[in-house]
Amino acid sequence: MTTQVAVTNALEVSELRVHTLAGSPVLKGVSYAIAPGEVLALVGESGSGKTTAGLAALGHFRRGLAPAGGAVTASPRDGEPVDVLGLGERERRALRGHTLAYVPQDPALSLNPALRIGRQIAEVLEAHGYGASGEERAARVAEVLGEVGLPADENYQRRYPHQLSGGQQQRVGIAMAFACRPSVVVLDEPTTGLDVTTQTLVLRTVAALTAEHGVAALYITHDLAVVSAIADRVAVMRGGEIVECGAAEEVLRRPAHAYTRELVDAVPDLDGGGGLPEPDGDTETLRVTGLSVSYGEHRVLRDVSLTVHSGECLLLLGESGSGKTTLSRCVAGLNEHHTGTVELAGTALAPSTRRRTAEELRAVQYVFQSPYSSLNPRRTIAQSVEVPLEMLTELPKAARRERVAETLDRVRLSRTLAGRLPDQLSGGERQRAAIARALVTTPKVLLCDEVTSALDVSVQATIIDLLCELRAELGTAMVFVTHNIALARHVADRIAVLRGGEIVETGPVGDVLSAPRHEYTRELLANTPRM
Amino acid sequence: MTTQSTVFRRALSLPQAKIGLALTAVVVLLAVLGPWLGPWLTGYDTTGFAGKPFQSDGVAGTDGLGRDVFTRFLAGGATLLLYAVLATAIGVVLGTALGMLAGYTGGRLDSLIMRGNDVLLSFPQLVFALLAIAMLGPQGWLLVLVIGITHAPRVARVARQATVAVKDSDYIKAAQLYAMPRRRILLREVLPNITGPLMVELGLRLTYSIGYVASLSFLGLGIQPPSADWGLMINENRIALVVEPWGVLLPVLAIAVLTVGTNLITDSLASAAAGREKEVAA
Amino acid sequence: MSRLIVRRLLVSLAVLWLVTLLVFVATLLLPGDPVRAILGQQATPERIAALRAQLDLDAPVWERYLNWLGGVVTGDLGTSTATQGPVNDLLGDRIGASLVLLVAAAVLSTLVGLALGTWSALRRGRAADHTVSGISLVIAALPEFVIGVALIVLLSTTVFPLLPSVTLAPPGEPVWSQPSQLVLPVLTLALVVTPYITRMMRATMSEVLDSGYVEMARLKGIPEKTVLLRHALPHAIGPVAQVIALQLAWLAGGVVVVEFLFRYPGVGQALIDAVNNRDVEVVQAITLLIAAVYIVVNLLADIVGILTNPKLRTEVTR
Repeated sequence: MTTQVAVTNALEVSELRVHTLAGSPVLKGVSYAIAPGEVLALVGESGSGKTTAGLAALGHFRRGLAPAGGAVTASPRDGEPVDVLGLGERERRALRGHTLAYVPQDPALSLNPALRIGRQIAEVLEAHGYGASGEERAARVAEVLGEVGLPADENYQRRYPHQLSGGQQQRVGIAMAFACRPSVVVLDEPTTGLDVTTQTLVLRTVAALTAEHGVAALYITHDLAVVSAIADRVAVMRGGEIVECGAAEEVLRRPAHAYTRELVDAVPDLDGGGGLPEPDGDTETLRVTGLSVSYGEHRVLRDVSLTVHSGECLLLLGESGSGKTTLSRCVAGLNEHHTGTVELAGTALAPSTRRRTAEELRAVQYVFQSPYSSLNPRRTIAQSVEVPLEMLTELPKAARRERVAETLDRVRLSRTLAGRLPDQLSGGERQRAAIARALVTTPKVLLCDEVTSALDVSVQATIIDLLCELRAELGTAMVFVTHNIALARHVADRIAVLRGGEIVETGPVGDVLSAPRHEYTRELLANTPRM
Repeated sequence: MTTQSTVFRRALSLPQAKIGLALTAVVVLLAVLGPWLGPWLTGYDTTGFAGKPFQSDGVAGTDGLGRDVFTRFLAGGATLLLYAVLATAIGVVLGTALGMLAGYTGGRLDSLIMRGNDVLLSFPQLVFALLAIAMLGPQGWLLVLVIGITHAPRVARVARQATVAVKDSDYIKAAQLYAMPRRRILLREVLPNITGPLMVELGLRLTYSIGYVASLSFLGLGIQPPSADWGLMINENRIALVVEPWGVLLPVLAIAVLTVGTNLITDSLASAAAGREKEVAA
Repeated sequence: MSRLIVRRLLVSLAVLWLVTLLVFVATLLLPGDPVRAILGQQATPERIAALRAQLDLDAPVWERYLNWLGGVVTGDLGTSTATQGPVNDLLGDRIGASLVLLVAAAVLSTLVGLALGTWSALRRGRAADHTVSGISLVIAALPEFVIGVALIVLLSTTVFPLLPSVTLAPPGEPVWSQPSQLVLPVLTLALVVTPYITRMMRATMSEVLDSGYVEMARLKGIPEKTVLLRHALPHAIGPVAQVIALQLAWLAGGVVVVEFLFRYPGVGQALIDAVNNRDVEVVQAITLLIAAVYIVVNLLADIVGILTNPKLRTEVTR
């Protein structure tokens, strides 16, 4: 045991190793320390082991995992530092929620759906004997709800989680973590799935609470832009190891490790990008006029109009619920319950694919959000890419095969993968296959629906590059649907901002980003974290 | 090469699958070869008089009508197995078709099919079979048909649920994008992706079919005398359980081993299919 | 929420009505002349005439259905062709006897199944869990009569002759006057359904224990007992209620075989006799009765599901 020093770290993790029960390593000796009031960001892509590392700080290991060496030392506010992994289950439990707190990734799954939120916060206080009486605890519940910016009244506390929005649920999760005034808080991707405005609110709350109460925070994320907004220091994880650790500014500006550099370069930046091909842009390929969709009382799209020229890319920007996917599906013919017209090079298209001619079907193609669900798991890549040709052309089998092989080359997918099933490919490879399927009929319009949001940052960048190159090569008109305005300069010539089913602003990317005219666009730009 | 075969391979690598296969194979061989082996081994046929009633003559004694129990035991599984397999086939094919149609189409057709299901589901399977037998008499085709029909709504539930789970997948949307006809989407896009739960259902329904056919025969309302049949033999010989237990024990054992065997195979298929789904999700 | 329950109730009523229709239509399947089919070739002309009048065969089909349905609704289940007496008299005591069997088996199997399933889920992957899973897998495969015969051999005749293998109470005396004769039938029925309840409880509990909110409760430092009682168990009730209901309905069918095997004077035994005698009105009455039990049990399970789901419970306040 070290003797008391004036400033000790609130959390120290050294040479932590975690194995699966079968013995394969998940964490290969992870070390970091966080001082009180400091925010350390733990950055990594999926599968890097960052969540395992975060949970290990609380002495918790998910089923199938076990610690295999190393130490976790936590310092409670009112006591000696303790070795968390050396403690029995009962002592660890006394630390959790009291000294070491956790904010989960998805509050919708982590809040008990059958308990009122006030109850769920009070529960932590009771478990750790916070306060002398019930009144004192009730006062603390109200206080901490206020601290995270939620109403503290009785009525609000009596709500169930499903009666709150995603952002409110996440703030309840944060209130739960901060209720006992812990010395360490582990936040596991707390803003994933929230829109940027709510994300900013949550980030501000976390920053304020950690600074004000001298809490050490471990902020786990995959998003480097968020790191620059909240973290003092950053540790970059890859394959169960920390490859680089240092001051946030330093690591993001002058990354030392090759992997960090790769990550930093891959992050789409609002101000970055540029050098896009000039569209030849005089032929109008796609025109949407007065498109409206309603489900009962609920109006998903209101009188939407837009045009896309050949070789041009339109960024269709909208948060979840804005109607952006509905709009692109209407264009593709997958949603026939709409009014208004969709014209392809001057000819009106039928609302449903069943009424469109083969030529029209070939001309409008769609790439889906998740390559994990857009390819039939029981078909090989080559079979999946061949389907559109089989259904929409009269080509003989040999010619179809030839065309499939050419298209796979075009999306830089090795021909050796053609005979594989989707689950034998990585996410990026699958998305290339899905793009190949859309391109195999040489469409005039390519609709890309959030095609990068299911992918890791480094893969996202390569897919975006591929799409830009293809557009230049083939002169395809493209509609790029996304929630991420930071992608704008990287892919698009023009931008259309969709909010609540209406297009609130449209114009060339440069104009909209530098001089947004609509209040909502300005708010979005202000809340998008920059590196 | 396909994932389908890996489900089978993974299922077969589980210990319960190997035990299940061995148990099932023993009884199936016995049931299929028994009718020929019996007379050749014992010298009696299934209905011939072999000795005084309930005596310990021969391998397993005689029954109440003085027939050789062992000969009848060897011959008693073939019809049961045939009926059970046919009933299962009817139930699974009918149920899968209805369930997929309901799940994929949705809307009014879905409610119509599923409400019809609810009505059939209100009868325990055996009771529904008894209702039919009371009206039309215990005939072979009726047993097969009525057990198959009572399986259908249960299979349909599973098929529908599995179909609903995949029908909003983007690969189905992609197929719609190419204006693929509905029948082809169902057969080529949906069906290959729901074989996991359907295989489990197939195994389960086979286990139950064996149980129902045997139960009905045991109740005297299935396969009729003087046929040699395991269920019927238990009914005929149970009054002499203390004196001559083999007439009851042999068929009970055979049915038990068979149903346990098929259930073990089913369970291994279920674990393999669930494992596959987990992997895909991960 | 109450609107949801009322809707569910109406659906049940509609299904019940369709069931009566189906049960009635089944009688139209009687081949050839139904009276001949029921009474056989040797029937006297007087009996034939009497039965024709009793079955109302000269009236149109829909009128016969309405008459029969009217009887059912007012509690008159018709006349038995075999005993010539009212079906109500025939079934009166037997319903009680069968209910005793059903309720005892249901309570036993539910308690054992829930306890074993939870215990198994908490010891996932360990020897105890594998043992429970293996045994329940084997027993779940066995038809009722196989389990029944095995119990008779084990506890009544050959190995340990402790319990009666058939029901001995004289007619008129209630079955529970000699409790020992209830043991084997109840045990058989309980063994038939316990494995399913166990397996389902294990699966549901495993899923709940792996859920984000249980992990979160543990990460909040809540004591394990509270985690189980407050965070895990309540979420298992809804789905398990459905399975228990399904199993009770299964009992309603299994009771037929078990009563026949143990010569137990219940509804199931009566159904077998009626099928053998082609006693059409009794068959109709009993199948309808069993279907009604099934529908009611399922209705109750769905209501439990609605009540334990806060999303549905608070729907009105949204």
